[in-house]
Amino acid sequence: MLWILLALIFLGLLGYVLGRQRAVASASGDVRELHSLPNYYGLNVTLLTLVPALLVLGLWLIVQPIIVERTVAGQIPASFMEQVENPTLLMTEVRRLAGGIETAIERGFLNVEDAANLASDTDIRAQLAEAGVALGADVSTEVLAAAQDFRAMNATGATWMLIVVFALAFAGLAYSYVRTHKDLRARNRVEYAILSILMIASTLAILTTVGIVLSMLWDTRNFFQLYPWQDFFFGLEWRPSFEGGSELGLIPLLWGTLYISLIALLVAVPIGLFAAIYMAEYATKRVRSVAKPLIEVLAGIPTIVYGLFALITVGPMLRDYFAQPLGLGDSSSSVMTAGIVMGIMLIPFVSSLSDDIINSVPQTLRDGSYGLGATQSETVKQVILPAALPGIVGAVLLAASRAIGETMIVVLGAGAAARLDLNPFEAMTTVTVKIVGQLTGDTDFSSPEALVAFALGLTLFVITLGLNIFALYIVRKYREQYD
Amino acid sequence: MTDMPISTAPKRSLYAQDARTKKRNRAEARFRTYGMAAVLTGILALIVLLTSILGNGLSSFRQTYISYPIELAAERLDPEGNRNPEEMASVTTFGYVPVLAMSLQAFLEGEGIEHSMGGRELAAMLSEEAPAQIRNMVLANPDLIGTTIDAQILVGGRIDGFFKGRVTMESAERDRNVSVAQLELAQVLADLGIVETRFNWDFITWPDASGSRPEAAGLGVAIIGSFYMMLVVLALALPIGVAASIYLEEFAPKNRLTDLIEVNISNLAAVPSIVFGILGLAVFINFMNFNQSSPLVGGLVLTLMTLPTIIIATRASLRAVPPSIRQAALGLGASKMQSIFHHVLPLAMPGILTGTIIGLAQALGETAPLLLIGMVAFVREYPDFLSTHSNTFPLMGDGATALPVQVYSWTQRSDPAFVERASGAIIVLLVFLLMMNLIAILLRRRFERRW
Repeated sequence: MLWILLALIFLGLLGYVLGRQRAVASASGDVRELHSLPNYYGLNVTLLTLVPALLVLGLWLIVQPIIVERTVAGQIPASFMEQVENPTLLMTEVRRLAGGIETAIERGFLNVEDAANLASDTDIRAQLAEAGVALGADVSTEVLAAAQDFRAMNATGATWMLIVVFALAFAGLAYSYVRTHKDLRARNRVEYAILSILMIASTLAILTTVGIVLSMLWDTRNFFQLYPWQDFFFGLEWRPSFEGGSELGLIPLLWGTLYISLIALLVAVPIGLFAAIYMAEYATKRVRSVAKPLIEVLAGIPTIVYGLFALITVGPMLRDYFAQPLGLGDSSSSVMTAGIVMGIMLIPFVSSLSDDIINSVPQTLRDGSYGLGATQSETVKQVILPAALPGIVGAVLLAASRAIGETMIVVLGAGAAARLDLNPFEAMTTVTVKIVGQLTGDTDFSSPEALVAFALGLTLFVITLGLNIFALYIVRKYREQYD
Repeated sequence: MTDMPISTAPKRSLYAQDARTKKRNRAEARFRTYGMAAVLTGILALIVLLTSILGNGLSSFRQTYISYPIELAAERLDPEGNRNPEEMASVTTFGYVPVLAMSLQAFLEGEGIEHSMGGRELAAMLSEEAPAQIRNMVLANPDLIGTTIDAQILVGGRIDGFFKGRVTMESAERDRNVSVAQLELAQVLADLGIVETRFNWDFITWPDASGSRPEAAGLGVAIIGSFYMMLVVLALALPIGVAASIYLEEFAPKNRLTDLIEVNISNLAAVPSIVFGILGLAVFINFMNFNQSSPLVGGLVLTLMTLPTIIIATRASLRAVPPSIRQAALGLGASKMQSIFHHVLPLAMPGILTGTIIGLAQALGETAPLLLIGMVAFVREYPDFLSTHSNTFPLMGDGATALPVQVYSWTQRSDPAFVERASGAIIVLLVFLLMMNLIAILLRRRFERRW
């Protein structure tokens, strides 16, 4: 793989040198005769050599495994498929066996002919174990046949890939070399190519969004084929069990998410807003230059740090000083723990957004208010805040969307028990906790218990996207008032 | 003379405030105090957070060791007597336990230190990692067999905790894993200087260890994994982000497609990180069959997450380059592409790099998406840059873990000593983040230009 890349790069460099030389030669050494600077002729050849070859290479690397997988899976006899308990794991087994045989050949435990003649009655597992490859189970005839097919097809594919890629590279090199001439508009061609590359890079954002939506939609669809959507959206119980008969209701998770987010906002919004007002209206320049960066440090701290803080400091403290004396529960992970810590995380988020908004309220409004005899706090309360309100609402909505999508704090601070309860000192759980819970460890991607995570993810995505769009809409609308 | 109307209002001095003014001034003072209190709360939260982490974690950089002469008896460690490392490998780690225990017993008797413990209880004072340490030493150098070496080996996690104040005599009475007699002996040995607590580089270089030996758990694999991921992010996100920004800022016509791209970028910046994890799981692992828990996949996911940050920063710094630069270049006959690549981009570079470093710092601390692509796996092998396993992707395809994920997996273990380790790992993470942010600030200070 690496060698192919190195060889291609070498060809590209060669193309650059050849193209440049030919261009200069066609102008008989006088570069003023050329349409473009000599380097552009070289680059032109390099681009035509590399770009098509690399594109095909990339595409091939993605497509080949898919095709090979499909074909091999299709060739496994249907009668055998029926005997297997778990058909999805079969291909993993095939892949692992094929990979194991390759490793054994590489390490010199098998030679190529022996590998091709491996029979299932010999103990392949022991043979491979000798080479340091561990297989999970004994190898059946069908799996062995499939693995040999798999290897053969991959080998053929690799050969063809090599041929096609280098043919393309040489063709590009030859074609552009022949075409190189002093009147060739090399700069325009190179610039056009670069422009296309820039354009493709900028569409990656769209591709990512499409990828997110498609990957989740696909598995959500699979989930709803196994589990009725009414039960998911309106179910009041969350009790997954991997033996089947799970109850996967969204409501308790959503309740936990919203409850924790609400507490977080109750902490973050007053503190953040007052901090922003103080910094914008009262603080001297020196206080501001110290306090503002300090508060913004809170925004740069990774969420796992907050999670650990909740787990080892805030949780036990709340339990020992509030929950147990008040008789409200004795769990250190609770809605309150996660909410307070998440609130701390959101303070800089609210305060810096509000700070910007308050600062963008025109000074004339303040001056007018002072001129009428209002105190500073009256000006803030009756003039500045109403003027800044839409922007502040936008900031709060953005903070809410952060809180809903936050994962590590709730994983470590909120607990894993899904329940519908009002007691803030009880452990509850959220959508994100359950996504992590259902998808870590060994998961079988054909069971509803694993697939539900994709439905949860899609729900989360839709909620946060809605909040973000709404917030941006409000902020943008507000901005138009003073421009 | 006409009668002046007699004012019924009480005489007031302008120097004395009336009740309403007082009330308003009090409200003003109150409001101001609220503001100050809010700022102080924020700063206080930061201080409490940092002291809590530092207080819990600093001790993980110190570790307790015991050093006494260990007699490497030939009949136990090399029963064949050939000094052949392959044959000696048949003596497992478990075979080294009695060697260590007997040497300790003999040493204590020789020194005349009395204790009331049996051999098993005495051996339990040593870390489970200690026999493996000695075994590796012996296998690397078979000539050691038959000699008596003076090695520093790890003591168990509870004994280590005793010297760090985490384990006390009272808690030992309730703990099945440690006895009061062990702690008393440890104290005696510490007074003699045989047991000492010193700085612990192994915490940074060693790989993770299993749940029963927190004293041997280190961050080596996690740091390498995080480093590889940062390489991937840097190699992909910087060029792609800059290319996209140049297009959007300098070339893009105003049409629906570019509007769509802009909306997309600002939305991607606000998508919860765990959603990127689901994307990575579905696309890179389930669809493209990259192997789980490889830094390559982690890096790809983090790249997608970091791109919006880098694009936003790059566009801002491209916009900050004044149009006169572009016009001057165009006026001298440069093409638009040349004016951008030769003049605008170099001038915007400090801003772009600052944005990139901040994006990288974000990516370094990100945990949730990495959990989904399997980076929580227990990995003890240092990952190679060029993978040698044939069934993995050749570049950074080995299994690894990452710093923040290592913190998470340590919090999931039952032994309380792992809390110390997790906090220590966070200190390492924060130090890295601090360095990156300092570089970003310095870059900005050094190269920032006001036009």
